[in-house]
This record gives sequence, C-alpha cells and structure tokens, in this order.
Amino acid sequence: MTEYSSLEARLYASIALVRRAEEVISEIYPSDKIKSPVHLAIGQEYIAAAVIDHLRETDYAAGTYRGHGVYLAKGGDLNSMMAELYGKKTGCAQGRAGSMHLVEASKGVIGMSAVVGTGIPVAVGHALAIKQQRRNDVVVAFMGDGSTEEGCFSESINFAALHKLPILFVVENNRLAIHEPLHKRWAADTLTERIATYGIPARRFLEPDILAIHEHVGKVIDDMRTEAGPAFIECHTHRWYEHVGPCEDYDQGYRSLEEGEQWRAKDVYVTLGQSLDEKEKAQIDQDIEASIQAAVEFAEQSPFPAAEELYNYVYA
Amino acid sequence: MSTPNTSRLLKYFDALREGAEQAMDADSSVFMMGLDIDDHKGIQGSTKGLVEKFGPERVFTTPLSEDAMTGVAIGAAMAGQRPIHVHIRMDFLMLCMNQLVNIAAKSHYMYGGTVQVPLVIRTMIGKSWGQGAQHSQGLHSMFAHVPGMKVVAPSNAYDAKGLTMQAVRDNNPVLIMEHRLLYATEAYVPEEPYTVEFGKARVLREGNDLTIVGVSNMVMEAMRAAELLAEQGIEAEVIDPVTISPLDFDTIEASVNKTGKLLVVDNAWLNCGFSAEIVARVAESENISLKPAVKRMGFAPTTCPTTPSLEDAFYPNPKTIAITAYQLASGKQDWVPADDQCQLAYQTQFKGPF
Repeated sequence: MTEYSSLEARLYASIALVRRAEEVISEIYPSDKIKSPVHLAIGQEYIAAAVIDHLRETDYAAGTYRGHGVYLAKGGDLNSMMAELYGKKTGCAQGRAGSMHLVEASKGVIGMSAVVGTGIPVAVGHALAIKQQRRNDVVVAFMGDGSTEEGCFSESINFAALHKLPILFVVENNRLAIHEPLHKRWAADTLTERIATYGIPARRFLEPDILAIHEHVGKVIDDMRTEAGPAFIECHTHRWYEHVGPCEDYDQGYRSLEEGEQWRAKDVYVTLGQSLDEKEKAQIDQDIEASIQAAVEFAEQSPFPAAEELYNYVYA
Repeated sequence: MSTPNTSRLLKYFDALREGAEQAMDADSSVFMMGLDIDDHKGIQGSTKGLVEKFGPERVFTTPLSEDAMTGVAIGAAMAGQRPIHVHIRMDFLMLCMNQLVNIAAKSHYMYGGTVQVPLVIRTMIGKSWGQGAQHSQGLHSMFAHVPGMKVVAPSNAYDAKGLTMQAVRDNNPVLIMEHRLLYATEAYVPEEPYTVEFGKARVLREGNDLTIVGVSNMVMEAMRAAELLAEQGIEAEVIDPVTISPLDFDTIEASVNKTGKLLVVDNAWLNCGFSAEIVARVAESENISLKPAVKRMGFAPTTCPTTPSLEDAFYPNPKTIAITAYQLASGKQDWVPADDQCQLAYQTQFKGPF
C-alpha cells in the first residue's frame, strides 16, 4: 500500500484515481468496447473518498449504480472493474454485473443495485449481522437524494435507529433525479432536520469541504464502533455529467451552466491537488495513469465468458 | 419417500415451530424476525416459545416495513447470518416483491457467484372466515417464475418440519408457502431433526385411472376427492409436488405416462400459473407417448369474496374435484357424489405415513 505524506495527499490520490478512471471510461465509451451503461460520478468523488478513508477492510460500503468511486475507494480492484465494464470473464462479477452492479465481497464492497434505494436496507442488514456477530465493524451506505423519496429509506433509518445498528447513511445530494430537480420532488428541503427526529446524529454539508466531512465522519464512526448507533450526513454536491452516459449535458436545458460553474470552480480534485507538494502530486498522478492504462489493457486482453457459462450461479 | 419411525402425531404449526427451533439449536447464525412472532399468539402457535428460548436478539418483531425488512434480512444473509423472515399472510409479500425479485433472487448470479443469500421466507395463505381479497392469495407462481428463488409448499406436518429445516440449510432464498387450514392437521413427525429434499415429489396415493396433482391445501382436498372416486371404482394417483421450484417433473411425467389423464388442482388462479406450467411441460414432454387428456382446477378467476355463499363457489372442493376427475377418467357425466358423502370425505384427516 502506498504511503502518503499527508491526509490531503491520501485523499487526493483516492479522488484522482476515480476522476481519471471515469474520464478514461468516458473517452473509451464511444468505441462501444464498454458493454454496459455508465453513470459517472465526476465532481462527486470527494464524498466517498472522505468517508471511506475511515473504513477498515472488514467494514462494509454500499454504493449505487453510480458506484465506481465507492468500489475503488473501498479497495475494489481497478482491473476487475474495468474488465467488468468490458463484459469480460475477469470482471468482478465475471461479466454479469457491468458498471451498475459492482461488487467485491472480500473487500467489503456490498453489491450495488440499479433500482434506486434498494441497497439501503441491504446495507442495514449487514449492520444487523455485525451486531449479531459481536464485531466492531461498521457499514456506510451511500445514496442519492432521489433514494430518500423511496419508502425503504425511512423504513431503514427507523429500524437502524431502533436497534442502534452501526451504519452511517450518506446522502450525496446532487439535487437531480435523472433530470428532475429537487423542487419538483421535495415538499421541503429539510431532509437532515427530518432525519434528526429519529434521534440519530444528522448533519448537512452545503460545501464540498472534504476535510470538514472527513473530520466529522471520523468522530461519528469512532462512536459507532462503540455502539453509539447510526448516523446520517447529507452532502450537497453537483453531478457534472449526464445521468447516464459519457458526456456533459448542460446544453440540454434542464439545468443551468451557471450553477454548474459555481461548483466546478470548487472542484476538490483541483483544489486539493493544488495544496500538495508538486513532486508528490506528480508521482501520484503518474502512478494513477499507469494503473488505469494497465487496467484498460487488462480488460481489452481478457476473454469474454463462454456461452455455456450462462447457467453458472443461478443457484448457490 | 421415507417412512418416519415415530408414533408421535404433531400438528402442522407445531412442526413448523419445531423445525425452526431445531435449526436455531444447530446453528447460532439462524435468527427469526417478523411482525408479531414474539407476541402471545406467536403466528397461530408456529413461533410460540421461541423468544423465551432464544432471546430477543434472535427472535424479534419488526416495524411494519416489509420492503426494508426484507432488504435487512437479505443483507444479514449476505453477511453470514441465516434469517427466517415470517409473514402471517402471503398477500403481504407484495410489499417485499422488489427486494425478493430484484435483490434476493438475483444476487448470487448478478454478483458473479461471490455473494449468497441464505434467506427463508415463511408465509401463510388464509382461507374461510371471511379472509377475502387480501388474506387468501396463493402467489407461488409469481415467485417461482423468477430464477434464483426456491418455492416450497408443505401440505402436511411432516413436510412442514422437514422443509423448514432444509430451507434454513439451503444457500438460496427459499419461500415456504404455508396454509392456514393445514395448521391444525396432524401427521407423524419424528422428534429428531430431519430434512425433506427439494425437487422430490411425493406420490401420496397410487392409481391407474388418472393423475391428480395438488398444491398446498389442494393436496388434502384431492386426497378427499380420491376417496369419493374410489367408491366409484376409479383409482386416482395423487401427487404432491412438495416443492414448486425446483419441480420434480419426472414423477409427474411417469404418472401421466401411466394414466394418460392429468388433473392439476392448484391453490391459486389458473391464468399464467403453476398449473399451466405443469400442463405445458406435459405437452412438451418427449417421454409421454400418447397425448394425455388434461384438465385444470383452481381459484375462480375473480377476487376472493368474503361471504360464504360466494366463497364456496370460489374454491375447488372434494366434490367438484371428484366430479371433474370422474368425467376426465371415465368420459361420462353420470355421477355426482351425494352431499353427505362429501361431508364425510371432508372430515378425513390424512396422517401419512410418507
């Protein structure tokens, strides 16, 4: 494992890997070599990086179909991810998952779901198992603002609070559900206040302040390991790219470029990078480029699964 | 088919409880959750005493959050536990459909074999006493439709225990479809732990004149009908598939090849259902030499009503099954069992052995 000179450097490396991997995915995508819809999280990577920095290998993280960042930050293998996107046998699910259902059970990456919200109770179930097994591990469940409209979101938080389960709920509030803005979906923009009424710590971050998020989550997770029960954070953020696909889509008229530019000026990938020692940053960048190139080559050279493998894994 | 070495008669609900209790004794990762499983009634006795024995960490009620609670059970199963999630009526599984179909059934496959979901769903079908539209549905076909799910339907106390114990050991999501009217029925049930194999049908009664396949409570109704038919010299072969998915089609196929006539009596509607599946497989079979005569019975194609005068017409019963079977077997329409005979047949409690 690479040693970094500072927390900032470590977080930057985590963000940069996801940013560059997704940019490369976006470049490859028009070639049709990637056999799966891709939901890119470019601009939002700092949240998973800040939170997952506190997790151990035996902890769990649950992402969504926009989950490349959660998968990589929690220790999922880049080669396996790229091969999975290519539909190859060497992929993390042997070509059965694509981009939307990334999984790496051995690293605590809970399998991701393409049905919004469904991963939330599954993550709570992992926290229940931790409690029953008397471990001091924790779970982090990442979700978008759209998933908080699903019934299972409220049901899950109630149950986790009732049983004091070790789980942190992280809402990445990019204020869009596909193309629908928040004001067309929420009666009141007071999600964090509402969650606090379950009697659990709930905090909102309006700015992409990665160090503030990192510090807060560190305390919350420490408490959780000593049976403090669940917690909640809401991070306002911005999705740079289209809902699904390899492009930006500010020209489509459903959201304004001005709002986007405000967020892009505060891009954590850039600001955190600028705060690093130039030499260290260059080394990190160079290592990342090499690993991404290696992953693309690995994916391109790997075989597709044979047709007779269709029936593998229907039943355990 | 095994014959239990026991003289102990046990009721269906006690057998369900004993199966779970012995599974929990054997494996500390097994736990049970579900609305009302720890109250004074204990799901009509089928969970009674478990919270006292195993404590509230392993036996607990849930909020009325079927969707999330199903996901919680799935997540716990993925993380190494073996949950038994109990629902007092099958109709409530509609609230669990997303998690069961989109996550439980698919995870092992979708995640490339790296994840298992050893989850048991216990669920009960209601009937009579005005159970009506939303307490009476047999929805096994919906679940059996989906690859990755297993669906079993114990028709007697012996299977209730053995299937429960096998379901807990299975590494896949297994739905146990129980029937309220079977809860009080008795069978010979061994005291020691045992399992009933999935994918193995039971021939409950041998005969050469026609094959009757029953499901859940309709197995018992078919057995009663077979008594009535026997008095007319017609010997029905009654088959209980025991497990809906996986299905032991070989046993059905062999019987139909012998009798040339098949009546499927499902505890459900016919349209796009399990009865249609059996008949389709018979039609496709290359091992059945002559085209068999086929008939299906099940719920009337209506919503289940509450009033007895309508509800009686909604379900097949020993009389209507016997009439249909007689016509299928003999080609004649010259017999209807007398009502007092049907009444008598209805009281026949089938006790095995199996």
